[in-house]
Amino acid sequence: MKKCKVIVIPCSGIGKSLGTVGRAATYKVIEQLRPNDTRTVCLALLTMGDPEARRLVKENPCISIDGCPAQCSKKNIEASKGDLAYSIMVTDILRKNKGLKPKGVIELNAQGEKLAEIVAKSITEKVDDARMRASLRRM
Amino acid sequence: MTLVKDKVGIVSCSGEDLPEGTISRVATRLVLEKLRPDDTVTICLPLFLAGSEDERAFARVFPTIAVDGCSKKCAETGTKKYSGKAVATIVVSEVMKKYPKLKVKSKEKLSAEEMELAMKVAKEIAAKVDEILCKKGK
Repeated sequence: MKKCKVIVIPCSGIGKSLGTVGRAATYKVIEQLRPNDTRTVCLALLTMGDPEARRLVKENPCISIDGCPAQCSKKNIEASKGDLAYSIMVTDILRKNKGLKPKGVIELNAQGEKLAEIVAKSITEKVDDARMRASLRRM
Repeated sequence: MTLVKDKVGIVSCSGEDLPEGTISRVATRLVLEKLRPDDTVTICLPLFLAGSEDERAFARVFPTIAVDGCSKKCAETGTKKYSGKAVATIVVSEVMKKYPKLKVKSKEKLSAEEMELAMKVAKEIAAKVDEILCKKGK
């Protein structure tokens, strides 16, 4: 049975610190927390309609990570008819952690790093859930 | 023909899946924040699909430079497809050939060597910005 990988796709977020938070959180998950169960895909490839990128998001559960209400990651996955399992808004997590003031786009400040850790934890929970649901569907 | 004459738009690939994409993104921010803060603006490339017609008008409003991490050239192609033809494209993997001793492997936090490369790419972008604005008679 083909092992399911959850595709975690952060928004590009080039204009905002929360975009970098989402991106940092994604790398924590795919490189440290769940390296065998996850991967990412360049969001720009979905925007371009790249066939391989589209195939990946259709065949695997996806989690979008968005830094602002534009929700570029979620909308691009949906436009590609991807299997969107969860949509995470970094702004929602920031709202629950009001003491944190993330700053920096090239490099996050310490509070931004802390927020990225919290977002990464949330992503990891969703990854585990998505994998379990996917394996139940395959039974 | 673009509407705005005194600012240049920069569209970077998002490049999550390879280190050159991060270099592309950081180089773009270096231009916006440090090298040419008064002369440049940016927009998230995926917003061309996720956003409205206002966002898609970007490259018709600003003369635009596409900054790409690799030969797939998502920023150049995406800008042309959704908005308008970029006036210039800078491809990080091509710039890297000029500096073979500088290696990249980080997708997230750049090392000092990788930041040095990002700054070299940023300076090439800035030079292009100057060229475009001088052409407009600035």
